[in-house]
Amino acid sequence: MTATEPQAETDERPIGFGRLLRKEDPRLIRGMGNFVDDIQLPGMLHLAILRSPMAHARIVSIDKSAAEAHPKVVAVITGEDLAAQGLAWMPTLSNDVQAVLATDKVRFQHQEVAFVVAEDRYSARDALELIIVDYEWIDPVIDVRKAMDADTPVIRDDLDDKTDNHIFDWETGDAAETEAIFASADVVVSEEIIYPRVHPAPMETCGCVADVERVSGQLTLWSTTQAPHAHRTVYALVAGLPEHKIRVIAPDIGGGFGNKVPIYPGYVCAIVASLVIGKPVKWMEDRTENLVSTGFARDYVMQGEIAATKEGKILAVRTNVLADHGAFNGVAAPVKYPAGFFGVFTGSYDLEAAYCKMQAVYTNKAPGGVAYACSFRITEAVYLVERIVDCLAYELDMDPAELRLKNFIQPDQFPYETKTGWVYDSGDYEPAMRKAMEMAGYDELRREQAEKREKGELMGIGLAFFTEAVGAGPRKDMDILGLGMADGCELRIHPTGKAVVRLSVKTQGQGHETTFAQIVAEEIGIPPEDIEVIHGDTDNTPFGLGTYGSRSTPVSGAAAALVTRKVRDKAQIIASGMLEVSVADLEWNKGSFSVKGDPEKSVTIQDIAMKAHGAGDLPDGIEGGLEAQICYNPENLTYPFGAYICVVDIDPGTAVVKVRRFIAVDDCGTQINPMIIEGQVHGGLADGVGMAMMEMISFDEDGNCLGGSLMDYLIPTALETPDWETGHTVTPSPHHPIGAKGIGESATVGSPPAVVNAIVDALKPYGIRHADMPLTPSRVWETMQGNHTPPI
Amino acid sequence: MQVPAPFEYERANNVAEAIALRERLGPEARFIAGGHSLLPMMKLRLANPEYLIDINDCEELFYISEDGGEIRIGAMTRHRELLESELLAEHFPIFRDAEEVIADPVVRNRGTLGGSLCQADPSEDLSAVCTTLDASCVIKSTSGERVVSMHDFHVGPYETAVGDAEMLTEIRIPLKANGGSAYEKVERRAGDWAVVSSGAAVWFDGDTIAEGRVGLAAVGPNTTSIDPVSEALRGATPSEDLYQQVGEIAAANCSPQDDQRGSAAYKTHLAMELTKRALRRAVARANGQEA
Repeated sequence: MTATEPQAETDERPIGFGRLLRKEDPRLIRGMGNFVDDIQLPGMLHLAILRSPMAHARIVSIDKSAAEAHPKVVAVITGEDLAAQGLAWMPTLSNDVQAVLATDKVRFQHQEVAFVVAEDRYSARDALELIIVDYEWIDPVIDVRKAMDADTPVIRDDLDDKTDNHIFDWETGDAAETEAIFASADVVVSEEIIYPRVHPAPMETCGCVADVERVSGQLTLWSTTQAPHAHRTVYALVAGLPEHKIRVIAPDIGGGFGNKVPIYPGYVCAIVASLVIGKPVKWMEDRTENLVSTGFARDYVMQGEIAATKEGKILAVRTNVLADHGAFNGVAAPVKYPAGFFGVFTGSYDLEAAYCKMQAVYTNKAPGGVAYACSFRITEAVYLVERIVDCLAYELDMDPAELRLKNFIQPDQFPYETKTGWVYDSGDYEPAMRKAMEMAGYDELRREQAEKREKGELMGIGLAFFTEAVGAGPRKDMDILGLGMADGCELRIHPTGKAVVRLSVKTQGQGHETTFAQIVAEEIGIPPEDIEVIHGDTDNTPFGLGTYGSRSTPVSGAAAALVTRKVRDKAQIIASGMLEVSVADLEWNKGSFSVKGDPEKSVTIQDIAMKAHGAGDLPDGIEGGLEAQICYNPENLTYPFGAYICVVDIDPGTAVVKVRRFIAVDDCGTQINPMIIEGQVHGGLADGVGMAMMEMISFDEDGNCLGGSLMDYLIPTALETPDWETGHTVTPSPHHPIGAKGIGESATVGSPPAVVNAIVDALKPYGIRHADMPLTPSRVWETMQGNHTPPI
Repeated sequence: MQVPAPFEYERANNVAEAIALRERLGPEARFIAGGHSLLPMMKLRLANPEYLIDINDCEELFYISEDGGEIRIGAMTRHRELLESELLAEHFPIFRDAEEVIADPVVRNRGTLGGSLCQADPSEDLSAVCTTLDASCVIKSTSGERVVSMHDFHVGPYETAVGDAEMLTEIRIPLKANGGSAYEKVERRAGDWAVVSSGAAVWFDGDTIAEGRVGLAAVGPNTTSIDPVSEALRGATPSEDLYQQVGEIAAANCSPQDDQRGSAAYKTHLAMELTKRALRRAVARANGQEA
């Protein structure tokens, strides 16, 4: 491994790692990006979807005649029409099925019932109002705690022999061992901890343009997808289209956060429409459709328990989880991991035992359970353990920082196998924690808090320490719908020494065009501006599973480094011919090979590139050209970690919470571009403040979604977020070629418990040990009155 | 992109033309001012007017002036002008308090005072401000004009006294000596509607309060002034006990509901707490103790 420390922060144009302005920004900040809704094709038609007003109802009849008579309407398609083609249902990412258009009944409010294709977007939308659907009400199942009660309506009566709303039971860890420790522990703390349903809410909603070319049968699909290759294969399997006739293009994507991992009915509808009509068809969700129908995240009711000695040595963690998966199980997770990577709920602590039991159920709510910036349910896991550790600190009357420091996995224990079977690759937790405390002025903050408490003022200091598991596979353990989680990369060096690198992953804003150019630059010494990054087009990039779960750098980043080394190895052989020495006599100086002991005799990578394509012979057995392709199968996940500290002030009269400071120390191993890392952290921290304090998709008892606009589903603004104070430590991954671990989701995972812990800490004078998100002023006030009620 | 149902569009050059259009097009026509409430409702198809009459060219409706012992504000005066007006800030600092917490700069650049009052949202801030200041509204039609108090202007949630062929053209606020005013709002997030807000205004006669008013938003069908509050303040001497007493009266005279913004109990508490705070600041300002 060649771990490379970040370049000096003043180095503005590094050839390799370091701060570098993003290559994609000039076009994006000038409004010259090219998003799906910017795609205009000759003769393109527009598709709009009719959605169910009810959460649970039988479809008695659909009358589409008036809509069909609309002068600008080309087609009106119902579930019955799709069923005739065998296309009314499609597989979800979790081997369930989901209705493309409802045939028998609707199972959540805003479920897709029919679609209209018209000459323009307005007419398509107008015609929806001309479709008359007769529904027969069925009592909806909204309260997840009652989903398994006897006599509850069965939501999924489409499935053979289904007699209840059960999806799966899952467990991890050792129940008996854990029970034995709990039975004899000095201190046991138990708390119900809820992670409510939230929505990724990307700025760009989901949509696509489908264009089936009638003569060749070629389908080109411009789509808001985080995983173009995986989607292509799924379309081939679902629609029976030959895969070589499908090209999926993900142009600029305006944020994904997991929302653009699943395949939604709208995409399939657009493909079917183009296939049937023979013209390009655009479908673009509006904001409400995105919020109410596409993949939500979280929705876990977790009973958390922690056992410890009275001195504060944590012995075991146990949890019982009730998971609301909505009407169809659309969780995005590797097949063998129905609860994603929730198994890392043991956190950053050296435990003697751990056990989790989970039950997942159907309810009449939108399907999903996507990896919303959570690395497959790690957000829930980290929230659980970091909240319950704080509950323990409360019971022991111990400083939460001291309690964490006392229980960390120690550096010499890595690689560390947790009690739930995860092998943490590397970690050095205490320095990160100490650094965050130093940046925060932790002791001074505690002194200030004590003084304020004397005066009746409410100030809270919240800590969270997280360990993430990112970068899925390896493929032997991890696949999605049978597709192994490994990723390809291809590098070509042109004769003049400029390069093109092709990735299987796809940026939705993370800065791949810059980061991946820097990885290649670091390995081969070509400046990043001379390296073009191609991604998001299945015809022009190698196969791979896409960008989510912070896997781009851990998986594709490794692929990019290794493919570059492969090219460099070939370059070395060519250089040996050019310099007339043996390969072993050459040494690499980022960008050129020179003869050992005679540095004057050297050739640059650009010289070599021209030689590789030029006239004259190459060394024996070497083909012309300078390019390579690989597929990288990760050996293990990578385990980034971080220490977060949040400081809040609460107005005792109004219960309004002000986040005063937020300190984030992240360790994502080797840093490629510290500026991009900070940007990723800033975004995730804002996300965390939003979830902790205002975001929740809620429903009334009839199953009406109450979060259908950004006036109802609040996301934070700059005014709710403080100036972020970021720092880092660097503990490289031992198995990753450049030691990088992934950063995309760390802040979203780590920040909600820090904010909640701070708010609960501020309320300590009221005897408060726990309060559930979202901690709106009203919820904080109810908590202060002793009237805390769970949000679900 | 959310798209509205089909509608026809007319643009009025002046008030007379606007009223004539409204009279001709009937009840299915709506004036559009800043459009920051109406357009979102149309995009969600909660409002489906057949005609929109754009009144953004009615230049005679853009003004803030002092005239005949009143401040007069044209109905098309935008939030930003209300925020930045030194004349308003001098006489009624409550306006600037409120404008600083209304929506965001983009909305404030377009949204108008008249549009805000005519939307008649129970959570709307300027309605609470105008209620607090005992403003009156000038409503014009082809047959002349009438002036109604804020109390009579709002007749229910999203309902006003403005008839189908009428137009709100001006808001008048009486100028009285030795006054102070303030506005307090709790919102879940910057730019959100109020969970509860409270405006307070007091006018002194020597050391005692000659007149005092409180206007609350988001705690009932309309923003309301509270008569028992005014009675309690009349002739009173400011004190923390008085603020507490008035806060309790405010809380007892509102009827909030549970919703996503907060529980009814919390809102009732806020009605008390925010009334206390607004009153305290209004008194301080009347006494020249706060800018």
